[in-house]
Amino acid sequence: MTSGQTKNLIFKIVAGMAAASVLAIVAAMAATLYVQSRPALTRFGFVNFLTSTSWNYGQEVFGAARPLFGTFASALLALIVAVPAALGIAVFLTEICPSKLRGVIAAALELLAAIPSIIYGMWGLFILAPALEKFVQPLVGETLGRLPLIGSFFQTKLAGGVNLFTASMILAIMIVPFISGIAREAMAQVPPMLKESSYALGATRWETVRRVVVPYVKTALAGGIVMAMGRALGETMAVAYVIGNRHAPLESIFSPYVTITSVMANEFNEAGGLQLSALFSLAFFLFAANFLALTLAKRLLGGKKWTI
Amino acid sequence: MEDLLEVKNLSFFYGADQALKDVTLPIRKNSITSLIGPSGCGKTTLLRCFNRMHDLYPKNRYAGEILMAGRNILSDGVDVLKLRNAMGMVFQKPTPFPMSVFDNVAYGLRLKSVRNMSALREKVEKALRQAAVWDEVKDRLHRNAAGLSGGQQQRLVIARTLAVEPKVILFDESTSALDPISAKKIEELMAELKKEVTIVAVTHNMQQAARISDYTALMYLGSLVEFDETGVIFTKPKHKMTEDYVTGRFG
Amino acid sequence: MDHLKSRKLKNLVAMTLATLCAAAGLALLFVILYDVLVEGLGALKLRLFTQDPAPPNLADAGGLRGAFLGQGLLTLVAAAVGVPAGVMGGTFLAEYGRNSRICRLISALSDMAVSIPSIVIGAFAYAVLVKPMGGFNGWAGAAALAIIILPIILRTTEEMLNIVPWELREAAFALGAPQHKVIIGIVWRSAKSGLFTGALLAIARVAGETAPLLFTSFNSNFFKLNLSEAVPSITVSIYQYAASPYESWTEMAWAAAFVVTVFVLLLNLVGRAALKFKKVG
Repeated sequence: MTSGQTKNLIFKIVAGMAAASVLAIVAAMAATLYVQSRPALTRFGFVNFLTSTSWNYGQEVFGAARPLFGTFASALLALIVAVPAALGIAVFLTEICPSKLRGVIAAALELLAAIPSIIYGMWGLFILAPALEKFVQPLVGETLGRLPLIGSFFQTKLAGGVNLFTASMILAIMIVPFISGIAREAMAQVPPMLKESSYALGATRWETVRRVVVPYVKTALAGGIVMAMGRALGETMAVAYVIGNRHAPLESIFSPYVTITSVMANEFNEAGGLQLSALFSLAFFLFAANFLALTLAKRLLGGKKWTI
Repeated sequence: MEDLLEVKNLSFFYGADQALKDVTLPIRKNSITSLIGPSGCGKTTLLRCFNRMHDLYPKNRYAGEILMAGRNILSDGVDVLKLRNAMGMVFQKPTPFPMSVFDNVAYGLRLKSVRNMSALREKVEKALRQAAVWDEVKDRLHRNAAGLSGGQQQRLVIARTLAVEPKVILFDESTSALDPISAKKIEELMAELKKEVTIVAVTHNMQQAARISDYTALMYLGSLVEFDETGVIFTKPKHKMTEDYVTGRFG
Repeated sequence: MDHLKSRKLKNLVAMTLATLCAAAGLALLFVILYDVLVEGLGALKLRLFTQDPAPPNLADAGGLRGAFLGQGLLTLVAAAVGVPAGVMGGTFLAEYGRNSRICRLISALSDMAVSIPSIVIGAFAYAVLVKPMGGFNGWAGAAALAIIILPIILRTTEEMLNIVPWELREAAFALGAPQHKVIIGIVWRSAKSGLFTGALLAIARVAGETAPLLFTSFNSNFFKLNLSEAVPSITVSIYQYAASPYESWTEMAWAAAFVVTVFVLLLNLVGRAALKFKKVG
């Protein structure tokens, strides 16, 4: 073997080890989270742990139902707000915006995604939460709050603006640029001729977007939405600030509540024993949920990379 | 034969660039008019004036007139959506929408608020038959149109255009992306269709222009060089440039 | 024709709504930046960078100089490990392992790893590097950040090298160069602005991270940059100060948030500009 070949072999081995390290890290992470979760899962039983709402430090009884529900509820509420807004932005950028402005506006919105989540958290706590409490909560209480049966779910029970709704709104703001970026990229791939074919039949812009563009990009859109959902599930700092981290029944969307990440951020460092193991179980669920979301998203996006 | 459309002193600008210069020509009813000329001569630009496709993009400007029943279709008062409904267009490549065969053909009808399912079915079948593609798709009406062959897709697009009963169909090199057999089917279809509609076709292919069209217009650098019956253009043109072009010594 | 009118009206409403969405998005960006700017600049004092933390009741005293340095140190150590490892791994996937199944798996797994919630990575680092060591330490924090950086850089590198035309490599092979020399001298060189941008964006992402540090390097009030102990962190300090009831501390949190935001956004802008510049030139 010549020295060139030896060096190449060494280079190749080092590179191969670096590539394999991702595999090793993800596997080690899954294994570690599982091992650390075991004490809690065996003590309470998997199903019981998933469905139990207790979170009692004194008696050391822990259940995942509330943090799990809070995590999914806040992410879902965020998507309900963020998806239409992000689609609107994507439509504006691809169909309405003059091409000179398009790049600048798209870049500005992408910057929104680059702001660290701790900043969103602070802004949410000091600016957004009081604003929502003052302007939005009374409005919702006066309208949806008057509905029979479900009305009380939209009334303010505890003052402070720190609640599930505020957390969802912060999440919505954080994922909008993400979804709009993917939607915009997908919409830009629609062949102009296809859109013109619709216009040539006398369709308006809106009809063309709704009936031709959206069907054309729907799987990519679904992929982007699932990916954004994964982000919302795992977002920590922004949520930890504004959700209130209160282990209590959810009486209203304006009640303080818990998510997996808020419980972890607030309790991990003071926890030990079963509580720590319960927190690891939550981390494990989050890891698994994220894994599933990403696998689904990747399938929908068709192997293409749509990161910002 | 009567004139359906009359292009009068038409100029067109992409921003500061003039793409059409003072073009004047008639489009005769129930005939096929071919627009030929080298790349960049303005033939597609002219075609896209008829359904005002240029309105979709900023900074485009028309000057002059295209008269239809005495009315200038380029004037501001004209409803572009209605105009486009009356002026079908078929593109270079087949453009099936991402939906079923049936929904593709029903697309324009639904825009016009035809909701009655039996009326829709009837019109869709009629259009598909007219476009000579019914036999090939009748068993797969509710499957995605992307599964059809290129030639079938193009005839589907023609059916989609026919379904809204346009007065004119604009063909923009509509056979250029197809294999020769599929292209021939489209040509035969065009000859059949001119009984009911008026056709304006842009083509790169001189033989095709000679075969299918009744009238031919040669364009060069945004201007109309010569317009006449196809036989005249290809056998005894008045201009030297036309003669050079149709005999392949030019362009 | 009423039907036509209602269609046009629908179009107008939909397009107006879309424009409003974009306007709202931009407005939010400006509001957030404006709030951070006003609150942050108002509270920004030189002592933030020159003094150590002080009790909240002391007026005009206290800063976070250690936290800035600590965060910088953690980010640097993480980048020093994560960037080269990611570049090498991505190089392996693009140069040696194209079309191999295991490499496709690693590539897919990296995409997935990019979006593992950072707090989960923090918990993992806690379990393997904090618990066995007996306490919070900087190595664990840097490791958590490096785990975030690695898959990002790996995927960026793979993508960037994949767009380098294969003929370029063949031309070099034809001259008798061994593969590692072709990679270092030709492939990396043609992809260098993309790799640079990828590295900057990855660093920008972890520089503002909080969650992975909470259970690993945690935070420290002392001006000590020892990676085997808890390391002061600016983001964890922001978290603690902002949640505190003391006005002097929330003010300092705003000032620090302003500095972090400006730094992260600048890194982003520089990274993107580098890529644009290359495309034009």
